[in-house]
Amino acid sequence: MLTINNLHARIEEKEILRGLSLEVKPGEVHAIMGPNGSGKSTLASVLAGREDYEVTEGAVSFYGEDLLEMSPEDRARKGLFLAFQYPVEIPGVSNANFLKTAVNEIRKSRGQDPLDSKDFLALMKEKMKLVEMDKSMTQRSVNEGFSGGEKKRNEVFQMAMLEPTLCVLDETDSGLDIDALRIVANGVNALRDQNRSFVVITHYQRLLDYIVPDVVHVLYKGRIVKTGTKELALELEAKGYDWIKEEVESAAI
Amino acid sequence: MIGSKKKLNRLPSKLLFNSTDGMSNRTNYTQTFEDFAGTGLSSDFLPLRKEAFQRFAAKGFPTTRDEEWKYTNIAAVAAGEFLPASTLTAVTEKSLEPFLIAGKSIHRLVFVNGIFSSDLSKISALPEGVLVGKLSDHRTHPAVKQHLGNIAGNTSGAMVDLNTAFIAEGAFIYVPVNVVVDEPIHFLFINDSTSYPTLVSPRNLFIAEAGGKVQLIESFHSIGTNNHGFTNAVTEVVTEKNAHLDLTKVQLENSAAYHIGFTAARQHANSEFHITTITLDGAIVRNNLNILLAEEHCTAYLYGLYCVNGSQLVDNHSLVDHAVPNCQSNELYKGIIDEKGQGVFNGKIFVRKDAQKTNAYQSNKNILLSDDASMNTKPQLEIFADDVKCSHGTTTGQLDEEALFYLRSRGIGEENAKAFLNTAFAGDVIQKIAYEPLRERLMELMQKKLKRQPL
Repeated sequence: MLTINNLHARIEEKEILRGLSLEVKPGEVHAIMGPNGSGKSTLASVLAGREDYEVTEGAVSFYGEDLLEMSPEDRARKGLFLAFQYPVEIPGVSNANFLKTAVNEIRKSRGQDPLDSKDFLALMKEKMKLVEMDKSMTQRSVNEGFSGGEKKRNEVFQMAMLEPTLCVLDETDSGLDIDALRIVANGVNALRDQNRSFVVITHYQRLLDYIVPDVVHVLYKGRIVKTGTKELALELEAKGYDWIKEEVESAAI
Repeated sequence: MIGSKKKLNRLPSKLLFNSTDGMSNRTNYTQTFEDFAGTGLSSDFLPLRKEAFQRFAAKGFPTTRDEEWKYTNIAAVAAGEFLPASTLTAVTEKSLEPFLIAGKSIHRLVFVNGIFSSDLSKISALPEGVLVGKLSDHRTHPAVKQHLGNIAGNTSGAMVDLNTAFIAEGAFIYVPVNVVVDEPIHFLFINDSTSYPTLVSPRNLFIAEAGGKVQLIESFHSIGTNNHGFTNAVTEVVTEKNAHLDLTKVQLENSAAYHIGFTAARQHANSEFHITTITLDGAIVRNNLNILLAEEHCTAYLYGLYCVNGSQLVDNHSLVDHAVPNCQSNELYKGIIDEKGQGVFNGKIFVRKDAQKTNAYQSNKNILLSDDASMNTKPQLEIFADDVKCSHGTTTGQLDEEALFYLRSRGIGEENAKAFLNTAFAGDVIQKIAYEPLRERLMELMQKKLKRQPL
């Protein structure tokens, strides 16, 4: 469903992704780990269509279409969802109103009729349970005054509402205590199925105890330098990233 | 020189003279004033009006050389060929409908070209002692004698003087001691410049006696775009001890309209005054707001919203005078400026030497949607007391790109996402309005304006 081939991207003059390739098939969960500054969040931003980044080389195809040519909204309508590392606070826009618009724009792009208020409320009620979300959170402004945990739960809640086929989780575990982490991970796991894929970007192995990946990749200096099973994550947790860096540097010499 | 007693109940002929008195205006206001002097609120206020006219004649229209008008060029207004409107034109119940922004059911007083229309107005039962009507009917009321002209004062500038000189009619409300008026009262001012360029000078006086409580809406509208209409309004507000007065001023005059408004309030002990000024249309609009916190433990809330596009100019000047200790003022003005629109904000807060324990907050936030849009904003805090809490902040920027990306990443199209953010930004001010039907209507109008649709 997603094929990234030799992707190079930079922000201003700084090249961050330097030849990243990745293939994600339906139903797979890929974890992308790596030290700080390796390009993990850049990958998430480029996939979602953030304009600050310039793609200088390579290609990304999503269901056979050129993802990089699409606007951020078209990517979302095609089934891509980015769970933000830092969800944005939008004062004055209620969560429910925002989501209703989003759900209906996505439905429209799929040729479905918009949900009326009653059906929408019913859908919200059902999905809220997934992340143990309180009703009052849906009435508040988007992320405004939310705690770190509430913001991440809200991301997963939105994911559940929009029913994407490819979910990119950008350091969803950052800033979460163990209870919040469990709730968020349970929400994600409930959404796993044979057609829905996940790219889980994380710095720590901890999240992968809850969201068990099929494949683990290590990103370093803008490229995937190692790919393995979930045991690779445990190894990284135990040994840190230095051995990877050494491997890469010595290979380069 | 006030010899002429011509009645102006006919359509006045144009009074064009070359400027000879230093005023760069094409209307000869001296002649016009003389023609107008005997009309309107009888002779009771003639001395007040004559004095005001002399002050106006001495100063003339303000120019951009005046510090207070530096960014607001009203040369086009000064050069206009206006005539004081004096005829009640035929506004039908049907054509009134779009102007009923607070709903059809509430009390309303309609003034067309400054003249009260009893046919279009509707006042149902009010608590005993409440007086609502046209100012001329109440000219002998002691409160009118006491306050008219005294709240705005005679040093508030040429435009107030010009209004006072042409006092003919206006809206009046008097809420007696401890009377609470539940239903809001809507005053509509319609400037119909279909036949000639009109000068309309509404003069309003709103008084809440001790413990009185009332919610008022002033809205300004216009008919006709083939001539400019010029509304030069003054509203005086008095809140006596423990009174609570809530005023929403809505400016909806069209793109041919000039509007200069001056709202002056005097607050007495423990009183509360809410004012929300919403400007959604007009060619040149200047809203002046002066609040005097004259006695202790008063609270004033000043909210403002202006949505500006085309080549419109909207200027909000406010002054909160903390004259005594222990008062609070909260001020929030927001603006969205598109195309070649110009916005101006000037917020003065004076904290006098004795006004200890003052809390005064001011914020002005603006979004510029185009490269040609401009905003001049100036907070002006002058604090002479040392035990006070005062803050001010002003921001002018583009739409929040992060928020825009967030919305788009959820499948919401760019235009829709922008509308969401602008609506949220501007809606913040509209949400301060207590009366829900008005709030909802203003949200609709604001959204139309942001889509550059006719209102």
